[in-house]
Amino acid sequence: MPSIPVELPIFILHLLTALLIARLRGLFSAAMLTGIFSLLSCCLFTLMDAVDVAFTEAAVGAGISTVLILGTLALTDREERQRPARALPFVVVIVTGAALIYGTFDMPPFGAADAPIHMHPVVQTFVHGAEHDFHIPNIVTVILASYRGYDTLGETAVIFTAGVGVLLLLVEGKRAGDPPSEPDHGSDGSDVPRDEAA
Amino acid sequence: MIDPTPMRMRDKIVLRVVSKLLIPFILLFGLYVQFHGDFGPGGGFQAGVIFAAGFILYGLIFGLDEVETVVPHRFVEIGSALGVLIYGGVGVVNMMLGANFLDYSVLAHDPAHGRHYGILAIEAGVGLTVFATMMLIFYAFADRGRRPGGAA
Repeated sequence: MPSIPVELPIFILHLLTALLIARLRGLFSAAMLTGIFSLLSCCLFTLMDAVDVAFTEAAVGAGISTVLILGTLALTDREERQRPARALPFVVVIVTGAALIYGTFDMPPFGAADAPIHMHPVVQTFVHGAEHDFHIPNIVTVILASYRGYDTLGETAVIFTAGVGVLLLLVEGKRAGDPPSEPDHGSDGSDVPRDEAA
Repeated sequence: MIDPTPMRMRDKIVLRVVSKLLIPFILLFGLYVQFHGDFGPGGGFQAGVIFAAGFILYGLIFGLDEVETVVPHRFVEIGSALGVLIYGGVGVVNMMLGANFLDYSVLAHDPAHGRHYGILAIEAGVGLTVFATMMLIFYAFADRGRRPGGAA
């Protein structure tokens, strides 16, 4: 008798959450549901033994990004504005989704021992090296911090760049005078030195 | 929910007590993830985000001004760049000691120890950058919300 994989209910919940997010008009509930979506992904990653990824998803996806979405929500309406349904976005989404699913047909089955990623000779170098050259049990850390240290340096720089970008967009944009901050010009002026500190 | 007026959240005793109970553990867990990342899951990136989440929770409940006195704007701006500098700096130190860029084996007499120290150092850099950038983004967002409401 075929057993039902434990991932199946999580996938179904994913689907339901995504449908609900698409259907809901209340933006607050939609924001909370995106957090739940991330939490479900986190469960899925844990089941697939990708604990580091699950960790990141829980902290970034369910935590920080939900806070940021809520922060954005405080600046806008609570309700989504009703707009006439358009066909093009729907078609684009369907085609993209179909292409992604088509792409998975080329992937080896999950957990297959003869998957290319397990067969490549460099894997032995990493697994063996982490034990003998580093004495560090977590191979993920060894690969990220040392074998691919140059990549991680780039990623850190990307995060820094993202922060600078947000500063430029949000903090500088304020001085140019965006509509909501027009009324209290007095406080805008007093904040200029602080903007320059940025 | 982030309200333009942070006063409302502060007045709710359940939020106040629970967040004050939770925050020390969140920060401790962040430190654990940072320094234990070579033995368990985690590392600088996750630790930075968790650490930032602790402070963001504090900011959500007690208001932006309160959290800005703990983690000043200036610190966040400098820290964001300093983390990348630490990372790159470790690489340059390695070059000065005669190894390749980001080859940590020369940092100690035993190459394995040197690699370990190197990983700890660059993870600290990653953690600092991620923490500071998350706070920076949070400040940038929350500051905009504060302005029209005039709650500050």
